[in-house]
Amino acid sequence: MKFIDEYRRSELAQGVVHRIHRNSTKSARLMEFCGGHTVTILKHGIRQLLPPTIEMLSGPGCPVCVTDNADLDKAIALAQIPGVILTTFGDMLKVPGSRSSLQKVKADGADVRIVYSTMDALQIARGNPDKRVVFLGIGFETTAPTIAASVLQAEQEGISNYYALSLHKLCPPVIKALLDSGEVRLDGLICPGHVSAIIGSRPWEFIARDYGLPCVVSGFEPLDVLQCVDMLVAQIENGRSEVEIAYRRGVRPEGNRQALEIMEQVFETCPAQWRGMGLVAHSGLRFKAEFERFDAEIAFEINPGPVVEPKGCICGDILRGVNTPQDCQLFAKVCTPESPVGPCMVSSEGSCAAYYLYGAAGE
Amino acid sequence: MSDKILLAHGSGGKLAHELVEKSFLQAFSNPLLAKLDDSATFDFSGRLAFTTDSYVVNPIFFPGGDIGKLAVCGTVNDLAMAGAVPLYLSLSFIIEEGLPQQDLMQIVSSVKEAAEEAEVQVITGDTKVVDRGTADKLFINTAGVGMVPEGVDISGSKAEPGDKVILSGTIGDHGIAVLSQREGLSFSTKLQSDCAPLNKLVADIIKVSPQIHCLRDPTRGGLATTLNELATQSKAGIKIEEEKIPVREEVYAACEMLGFDPLHVANEGKLVAIVAPEDADAVLGRMQQNIYGRDAAIIGEVRQEHPGRVVMRTKLGASRIVDMLVGDLLPRIC
Repeated sequence: MKFIDEYRRSELAQGVVHRIHRNSTKSARLMEFCGGHTVTILKHGIRQLLPPTIEMLSGPGCPVCVTDNADLDKAIALAQIPGVILTTFGDMLKVPGSRSSLQKVKADGADVRIVYSTMDALQIARGNPDKRVVFLGIGFETTAPTIAASVLQAEQEGISNYYALSLHKLCPPVIKALLDSGEVRLDGLICPGHVSAIIGSRPWEFIARDYGLPCVVSGFEPLDVLQCVDMLVAQIENGRSEVEIAYRRGVRPEGNRQALEIMEQVFETCPAQWRGMGLVAHSGLRFKAEFERFDAEIAFEINPGPVVEPKGCICGDILRGVNTPQDCQLFAKVCTPESPVGPCMVSSEGSCAAYYLYGAAGE
Repeated sequence: MSDKILLAHGSGGKLAHELVEKSFLQAFSNPLLAKLDDSATFDFSGRLAFTTDSYVVNPIFFPGGDIGKLAVCGTVNDLAMAGAVPLYLSLSFIIEEGLPQQDLMQIVSSVKEAAEEAEVQVITGDTKVVDRGTADKLFINTAGVGMVPEGVDISGSKAEPGDKVILSGTIGDHGIAVLSQREGLSFSTKLQSDCAPLNKLVADIIKVSPQIHCLRDPTRGGLATTLNELATQSKAGIKIEEEKIPVREEVYAACEMLGFDPLHVANEGKLVAIVAPEDADAVLGRMQQNIYGRDAAIIGEVRQEHPGRVVMRTKLGASRIVDMLVGDLLPRIC
């Protein structure tokens, strides 16, 4: 398999960088929606390679970061219910809720297990019939189909001790909310690659059409991002606003039909609470009535207690692109990856963590 | 013998003696151990290197090794990184009742094999069996002693501006191989742990560069953490080139999938050597002749600038900071 080195070749990258420098005359603020892109950009030092005309802004595309404290508290309370095994992606373990974190309640005896896929969670449910196994469903359109698939599988096998807490969020509605707020002026949008692999590039068309904003779907290798910036610059310089794909090996305009179908079979949209954005209509996913018995919110009596927001933390503003991590008083002083105050310092896709870990070291 | 380890195997009574005789004494047979006194005694002159470590890896068997091989290699390598010639080890087994005896036998035979390769002797040991649930299958605690040859003075604080940073081979193999076997994370890979005793590689290096400045094995926390430790201890900056760092395609792929940085993934058979620039080519050439240094490469150099920090030139030609691993998403990989 060779899918990585080709996208990190320095001579190819230099060619694209050279073209961006040659073509970019207008000042352009580009938002990378996705935290994965923020990491690529900082990890490979891409900002240092771009001309001064281009400003890169991080967006709200980190599922861990946008999870509201009230929802985190729910997950933490669930883990503490006797007889529950809470299965989760590793990133969630350290995220602080109002009073605790999954990592802390695990140390106090809660059974919290890291899994890489929902099928592993299902395997744990099969192996522990006397326990109730809950999968913490945090993610965007990329993870929602895998949870839907696990629920369908559980139903088919008659596994009755498997549940999911659906805190899923959908990307296009939140970008609409961000643009409608008028808080941030943008000249181009780097659309999420993995989300688009599921939903396709068509759901972004309203942004190009209604908001006149150039959109390019990007992959996550450095060359993908550079090619995407190059395509955005070309649109901006020519006064075009279209949806283009710089990630053809992963994304088709129509998306992944099969994944969308199972998602629609199990879930329906609902309003969802986003950190920094508040309640956004149609941006969440809840179980349809016929799958309610898998819904952890219904199956368990969860008492998370009152929500407390961390003092001084501006994760919400950072997620909206209004502030950068360096604007935060707590950044790298009080809030570090070892003792995070806000989620953006915890997640491997969080802006604060990326700034902290890979902070430019221009010589 | 019953099939499983029972609490009685650690009681000091008959079953315990049977276990010691049939498994440990036979496998590790040497005159110092065979005396079965409370302490092993031996004559010694010169400078002694002394180290201890505990092994709690989960799972206890993984592609390319097991907890027994890891315990020997890890302890031997800690001695070797001080430039010492490893001589003797102690091994203490803390066993959860119910461990299949066959598993224990297999691990003991791995210990024997690794100790033979490294030419060290296990001269004292202990066995405890604990209630189910109070340990996870098997923990091994070790101590090791070795002799530091005259004139050798290796320390993490001795890196000097201008020195070259040499890495003995590909990074991340152990961490990814172990991770691939974990419950809830299993994925299939042909990758094997790089777990290996490095004392002979170190002896080779010292032959061509007795004044070698620093040696360290990048285990937990990976290459990034080791380089940061060396930069901090030596109060110097380290600049590395991403392009020069050997990483297997499978490790890259798994890291991309799991969201890790290969620089943070554990190794158990690699070392970083920091040597004076005039010695660098000779050390590199010698390392490449050793089976455990075949893929060795000069990956960077020590600088006066940015003391205490590690900076990497990325493949794209930009620079970024390389920080220590924070927290741990891969618990108990060694």
